[in-house]
Amino acid sequence: MKFRFHHNGSSLSLDSGLCTGCRRCVEVCPHAVFSIVKNRAAIVDRASCMECGACALNCAPGALSVVSGVGCAAAIINGMLSGKSPSCDCSASCC
Amino acid sequence: MLQALNKESLPIPYHQIAMNHCNCPGQHAPNPPDACPAPRLKEDPAPPSGLDFGVITGWEPLNTIASPMVANEHVSFRERLRNLSVRWAYKRHNHRITPGLYSFGAPDGTSPVLVTANYKLTFDKLRSHLSGLQLWILVLDTKGINVWCAAGKGTFGTNELVNRIRSTGLARLVTHRTLILPQLGAPGVAAQTVEKETGFRIKYGPVYARDIPRYLANGMRKTGEMRTVHFTLMERLSVVPVEMIHALRLLIPAILVALLLGFTKPESPIAYPLIVIPGCLLIGTFLFAALLPYLPSRAFSSRGAILGVLWSALVAWLTHTPMSSAWPSALIATSICAYLAMNFTGCSTFTSQKGTEIEVRLSLPWILSGIFAGVLLPVILTILL
Repeated sequence: MKFRFHHNGSSLSLDSGLCTGCRRCVEVCPHAVFSIVKNRAAIVDRASCMECGACALNCAPGALSVVSGVGCAAAIINGMLSGKSPSCDCSASCC
Repeated sequence: MLQALNKESLPIPYHQIAMNHCNCPGQHAPNPPDACPAPRLKEDPAPPSGLDFGVITGWEPLNTIASPMVANEHVSFRERLRNLSVRWAYKRHNHRITPGLYSFGAPDGTSPVLVTANYKLTFDKLRSHLSGLQLWILVLDTKGINVWCAAGKGTFGTNELVNRIRSTGLARLVTHRTLILPQLGAPGVAAQTVEKETGFRIKYGPVYARDIPRYLANGMRKTGEMRTVHFTLMERLSVVPVEMIHALRLLIPAILVALLLGFTKPESPIAYPLIVIPGCLLIGTFLFAALLPYLPSRAFSSRGAILGVLWSALVAWLTHTPMSSAWPSALIATSICAYLAMNFTGCSTFTSQKGTEIEVRLSLPWILSGIFAGVLLPVILTILL
């Protein structure tokens, strides 16, 4: 069962010109968003991207960028209430 | 002493070190008796308080390099019981083990090194799948948080990993330069930076600990399946208890509101609000998680609202409550279901921050108006009519 969510992957961008084809993004992506096509990374399933940031952080040549953050409504509501950016450090009862 | 060893003296009998809980290679210069303490037995008084050690025993700090602690694959009945209670949010925040290096089986200088978090639940899950393997486990201090969440916070992160590699003297223990990290640690760790700082190359292993033996046997190669995170029925249900416990905070307000509604409309059966409003705490958590893939719509809140409407209608039908008196309770129950469902985004494995943010901004006004309308309108109508 493949889950989808609205606006997933909207901030993910790939600069193929910088890509060295090291496969790191394929290795770290938990939702099989990437594939290697002609020795370069390609985004093959953007709608599955949860923007966790693993690919961009581990992309040595800096070909990938994504605005990552927590996809947690409680964190976002807490962020709205406290005026800070949403984070997992919302409360002692959270993950 | 380990730090006194030069490269020529490698490999030292690591498994003996591990088993004896002592870092003193006997063939070297005699040690003063105090420098080589007696083996620490399982029954020994527990080391530092506040930490849950379970069966992990045997650690003796030795100058700057701590000798490896010992772990095995056996998770005792008591530990399982404790892990179960953690699943129900009982004392969840002190369920951690000492960070540092652990030996598993009888590893030597060529054995693989796994890296993990110091959440006890995580560590127990990991070691229970390693039966028959010989390896090192480097436990990072993630403040008792699981790998994926800790990676998101940055505690399972580049700095902690680099510092932990240095403080444990890992480079002097193993001859190879490869670390196997859980794939879900990747959002916190920049592999290229770790390699630059420490010389250790990072390989991201499988998502699930159960795939580690196959991954190692396969020459550290992952299949597509090993890379993919799921959200199966069992995985969804395993996170439900904590959600239910959190939802219980709404129970007393829910009952009070139900009583209020029951009394403002005396002609209606009071049973209806008393069933439908507190009941939705279970519907919005347990049933929602179970049915998540089968509910239409991509937004969690609207999926929850659908369940709320169905639940309200079912109870109305069962208790023969007419629509005219059921609507305030139904409105409140539906709003609470939508809210609880929306909160489940934090438990899920596939929601982005952007999408969740948009969902919160769109849904929250509806949820709040639903609750206020359900509470206030009947009161106002009673006063007016």
